[in-house]
Amino acid sequence: MGNLFDNIEKRGISVGFDFLNQESGFGIAQTLVEYDETSTHSKVFLVGILNTILVSVLGIITASIIGLFIGIGRLSSNWIISKLSMIYVELFRNIPILLQILFWYNVVLASLSSPRQSLVFFESVFLNNRGLYIPKPLLQDGFIFVAISFVLALVAIFYLSKWAKKRHDETGVKFPIWTVSFGIIVFSTTIVYFLSGSPIELEYSSLQGFNFVGGYNLLPELLALWFALSIYTATYIAEAVRAGIEAINKGQSEASLSLGLSKGLMLKKVILPQAIRIIIPPIINQYANLIKNSSLATAIGYPELVTVFSGTSLNQVGQAIEIILMTMAVYLILNIIVSMIMNYINAKMKIKER
Amino acid sequence: MKFVRMILGFVLFTTLTTTLVFSGTLENVKKRGKLNCGVSGGLAGFSAPDSSGKWKGLDVDMCRAVAAAVFGNAKKVKFISLTAKERFTALQSGEIDVLARNTTWTATRDTSLGLNFAGVNYYDGQGFLVSKKLGVKSALELNGASVCIQAGTTSELNLADYFRTNGMKYKTLTYDTSAQSRQGFESGRCDILTSDASQLYALKSQLKKPNSAVVLPEIISKEPLGPVVRQGDDVWFNIVKWSHIAMLNAEELGVTSKNVKKMAKGKNPAIQRLLGTSGDAGKNLHLDKKWAYNIIKEVGNYGESFERNVGLNTPLKIARGLNALWKDGGLQYGPPVR
Repeated sequence: MGNLFDNIEKRGISVGFDFLNQESGFGIAQTLVEYDETSTHSKVFLVGILNTILVSVLGIITASIIGLFIGIGRLSSNWIISKLSMIYVELFRNIPILLQILFWYNVVLASLSSPRQSLVFFESVFLNNRGLYIPKPLLQDGFIFVAISFVLALVAIFYLSKWAKKRHDETGVKFPIWTVSFGIIVFSTTIVYFLSGSPIELEYSSLQGFNFVGGYNLLPELLALWFALSIYTATYIAEAVRAGIEAINKGQSEASLSLGLSKGLMLKKVILPQAIRIIIPPIINQYANLIKNSSLATAIGYPELVTVFSGTSLNQVGQAIEIILMTMAVYLILNIIVSMIMNYINAKMKIKER
Repeated sequence: MKFVRMILGFVLFTTLTTTLVFSGTLENVKKRGKLNCGVSGGLAGFSAPDSSGKWKGLDVDMCRAVAAAVFGNAKKVKFISLTAKERFTALQSGEIDVLARNTTWTATRDTSLGLNFAGVNYYDGQGFLVSKKLGVKSALELNGASVCIQAGTTSELNLADYFRTNGMKYKTLTYDTSAQSRQGFESGRCDILTSDASQLYALKSQLKKPNSAVVLPEIISKEPLGPVVRQGDDVWFNIVKWSHIAMLNAEELGVTSKNVKKMAKGKNPAIQRLLGTSGDAGKNLHLDKKWAYNIIKEVGNYGESFERNVGLNTPLKIARGLNALWKDGGLQYGPPVR
């Protein structure tokens, strides 16, 4: 390390972290926090991290959902569903992720029109090659009442489901908890919403000059990256799900069927709770992979950490070692956090041996 | 791209941790038998392989000139194509000996990266390429536009400055390579493409319909482009600097690749000193005394290189403008070989 700094100094390359306080001087397309050209490089770092986290979280959620259904689908007794799931898995996991990202990006861009000929849905949602534009809710004064009623509804549902479970355990009488909960939430918040005088206003996007202004804008780069990461990672999750389910002794499903459980109930109450213990460890790997793969965004210009910080910032200040180390540390910490959460869940799910 | 950068980062890291000192670039190049030259991967007129795989362009000629000066053979170059983001790390780490990749000379780059700019082989400025459909006549009408741009360039900073000074808003789309930004522009992802004006002409000529786009008249920055070397090796710095100057002086004195043999036998003392018939410029540069003779014979003078690569008879159709010799009203001025 001493050598490293010696040599850097000899060659007149700046060292240290002072650059973090320098003005960045460049613009970023998508920022989750306030940012403009006069912000510092440390703000660029933060913007990059948040954009990485955004696409990772979105990707992890959709990949898990798709993976679960495809994994179960592969074991379906319906020939078409199981073969389609198999084709899905074999197709998408065998093509490099970078190519998939580029493919979806070019498909998205090629299939959409310019802002002046956008596709319009409900006169408020616009889709064009600059991305998806949706109205932005602006919260007014009375919104606090709606929020309170929503929390109250959640508390009510919590106690209701506790009571329903207790009654089910004691008497075996079922209670339609999902339908009732849904009803409570929708009904109570709607009533309070109108009583408090509709405290949400929508800010619509409108075409001004070159682009749409106002509302939320989902960039095509984000859409393409999200899509590609979800589809790709879902194949691995599907295989983990299938492996988990297949590892459960056949006797378990035969026994539950002979007890008269429906197939759905059998999956939900008997098979998945046991399979999940086997599924979680390999899925941690896939989540970590997804987070790391998100750095491939640099190929399509989605402004995540590698693109903006160890890309543009690095080039403006030229301090490769500091910046690359910081970037590596971020991925390390993100992945450690994910595996800590998943390990916690895993520990909770483990067979309790007393 | 990520992997290339990672590898470069790693190379930088490892080479810096060993006690390798870069003072002997000339010896290293001679020992290797080839010059490693960092260029842009595909920028018509500056550095791009042609249909037969031969590298061509103004920056490529800069590399060839250095090779001719060192080896007497302009073919002894290995071209390494780099993105804007990778270029400085590649040079710092010793991956390349000289960087000729349409790189703007700025104070930060010259002082804080451990690099030295050895001259200016093209005076450029940043401009805007817009689609004709939009009917825009001036850059001041670009409020709210989406802009395609290449990562790690001075263009990113100039763009931010320009829009901020004029109170306009914009959205950037930052791509790794100029080919990607061209695709983004062509697919309509952005309204304008911004870069150095010379690059805009090159990119425009590569569009599917070159006439569907137009370069706006505004030039919003100064972009002196030139070859770069590592700081701390003055012998090598001098070689690269004077390779460029030799080409300028040759044009000024009327020495071309065609007549150089005859000129070397002539009586003009300035030409004699340049071509090594008299004086010891070569020895002082640690080179053969026919170093400049070889450059001009193998590569040509600056004017020849300019006309061949970007001039009026090429698809780029760039006039000499600022890049004319000083005596023709331009900025190219070669200090005397004396």
